[in-house]
Amino acid sequence: MMRFQGYTTAAKEMTVREALNSVLDEEMSADPRVFLMGEEVGEYQGAYKVSKGLLQKFGPERVVDTPITEAGFTGIGVGAAYYGLRPVVEFMTFNFAMQAIDHIINSAAKTNYMSAGNISVPIVFRGPNGAAAGVGAQHSHCYAAWYGSCPGLKVLVPYSSEDARGLLKAAIRDPDPVVFLENELMYGERFPVSAEALDSSFCLPIGKAKIEREGKDVTITAFSKMVGLSLEAAEILAKEGISAEVINLRSIRPLDRSTINASVRKTNRLVTVEEGFPQHGVGAEIGMSIVEDSFGYLDAPIERITGADVPMPYAANLERMALPQIEDIVRAAKRVCYRSVPMAATA
Amino acid sequence: MDFPGGKVAFTPEMSFISESPEERAHCYRVLDEDGQPLAHSSFIQVSKEVAVRMYTEMVTLQTMDNIFYEAQRQGRISFYVTSIGEEAINIASAAALRFDDLVFPQYREPGVLLWRGFTLQEFANQCFGNRDDYGKGRQMPIHYGSNKLNYFTVSSTIATQIPHAVGAAYSLKMDKKDACVVTYFGDGGTSEGDFHAAINFAAVREAPVIFICRNNGWAISTPTSDQFRSDGIVVRGQAYGVRSIRVDGNDALAMYSSVQAARVMAIGEQRPILIEALTYRAGHHSTSDDSTKYRPANEIEWWRTARDPVSRLRKWIESNGWWSEEAESELRSNVRKQLLHAIQVAEKVEKPPISDLFTDVYDVPPSNLREQEMVLRETIKRYPQEYPGDVPV
Repeated sequence: MMRFQGYTTAAKEMTVREALNSVLDEEMSADPRVFLMGEEVGEYQGAYKVSKGLLQKFGPERVVDTPITEAGFTGIGVGAAYYGLRPVVEFMTFNFAMQAIDHIINSAAKTNYMSAGNISVPIVFRGPNGAAAGVGAQHSHCYAAWYGSCPGLKVLVPYSSEDARGLLKAAIRDPDPVVFLENELMYGERFPVSAEALDSSFCLPIGKAKIEREGKDVTITAFSKMVGLSLEAAEILAKEGISAEVINLRSIRPLDRSTINASVRKTNRLVTVEEGFPQHGVGAEIGMSIVEDSFGYLDAPIERITGADVPMPYAANLERMALPQIEDIVRAAKRVCYRSVPMAATA
Repeated sequence: MDFPGGKVAFTPEMSFISESPEERAHCYRVLDEDGQPLAHSSFIQVSKEVAVRMYTEMVTLQTMDNIFYEAQRQGRISFYVTSIGEEAINIASAAALRFDDLVFPQYREPGVLLWRGFTLQEFANQCFGNRDDYGKGRQMPIHYGSNKLNYFTVSSTIATQIPHAVGAAYSLKMDKKDACVVTYFGDGGTSEGDFHAAINFAAVREAPVIFICRNNGWAISTPTSDQFRSDGIVVRGQAYGVRSIRVDGNDALAMYSSVQAARVMAIGEQRPILIEALTYRAGHHSTSDDSTKYRPANEIEWWRTARDPVSRLRKWIESNGWWSEEAESELRSNVRKQLLHAIQVAEKVEKPPISDLFTDVYDVPPSNLREQEMVLRETIKRYPQEYPGDVPV
């Protein structure tokens, strides 16, 4: 997963986990109103060690180990945000946030509007989203499309360590509620990080996608872990004479329609990639946005690569079949380029 | 080594703690049904000024409820929720608090806003959703709120305000402010998961919150016998490690004293307090409800008249020589006039402008909404006859 971009060998590298940890540390140091709350975030150093060292440094008032009640601590976090603190609420996974979704949507997302601007909710909800490895149906659901449909929320999806740093800082500093969807399998991935990104004031804009790889034949949009797979697919496609442009969405809501449309107007072909379920997914929204804004530029129907329309199975071979693989992305790109390919994956 | 939780005495006798106590938790009251102080009642003395003001506001609340209810029936507003029978809970609790104490209401506590200075015109504006509504016409009637008066905007979701209150109290605690948070909810709301999570959290985090449960016997058509099997709500306090009291919610003086005492403890000792105020919902759940369908009409009538908290306080202030028949009729006719005037004015004010449709979704309006507003304005310009006359552009 390492993308060298011509830095010297002295370039700093960071895992996504380290990137997130450094942001929490820096933002809590800079602003006494920022505090972290969730299950196991304190003494245990974080269920995935993202909050390592923070309890020791900031104490139990700023790093709060909560009882087991997502509905409870999310509501409490929202209440704290109503009164001016800036909580970062960690869900062990976003699957568990379903218990708290009433507070995320009805108490946080809609409140600035319903209160006519009187009550702002500067809260961040973060945690791993989507599939991990062998954790089954109730631990593998992707919620990007769920939260992406709700006005009042901002929804961010970092891929690299630099994404993690810039987007989490932007999220914590933002006056609106932000859903920050991480990925468990990405926590340990190492990426080079520029000096600019290491600065404590580094922030990425919310609502801007990043073109990870430029190309001219087909646009591939992806977010989170799927960006890595799409980049690998682009390497394979390049060897077959297809130049793919890979867009790292970074932001599900607001969706960077202008970057995606500009790319499709250049390449005339689009493949969307996501881990989540196909119906009402992120790809469906992107596809429609292209139809609305750039229909005349399409040379082929849009294709969406998604997870299979089944609750995630546990067995490793079945799980592999239920998630997009590099080959699926390659085949889809070839299809929109009208190269002949077998339709389905083989076991 | 002791078991986690500390030292406990062991016994060879196997006995189960009964599901219900020998005797129900006692209910604190100061005045009897005729508004006369009970012998040996301990209560915080209330000055003539405060007592008369409490009474005046209770009458105002009662009158406002009746008139707005009628306005809904006449089709002038779309919806209303009365607090009939709970005037003492509303006003007396508000009187015992300070301005800096944050209030997280459910939806049957407009009296707290009234006490703090929300005017009848402001109430009317919100109900009519007009241009002067602080809510910019975005919510149904009775979803009031006021930043200035430290009263969080009413939201329709049940019991969600309870963990919010604890979160805000945590904020106050971190700031070391000389203030507490007060949250109100009904008997029905205590069944929600949010209630349990919040009160547990408040105990563990030692948050300065006063939980006031208006146990009025009904959650729409669900009587408390179908809501829980505990001895009301007060017994849950100890279950979570929270100090609690059961109070006669229709006794303004008992409400005043208990809330004041609770406030001192909440702030001084940095702990949560639970107050269960027993009362009766003498009105329907809302204008969408006809409670005669599930309870006897004479029961409703009895609570409205014989057990009216407003007349009970009136008897006390009259017996002190602080009130009279003339004062009564003057007050009632004045308030009624003011309310009718407020409604007339509110009804004529324009609706909020089109721009208020698109703002406040986020801190800064996003490009898609700015675009949609532009398209909408163009459409209105092109087809002005299709556009309602009382909505400014």
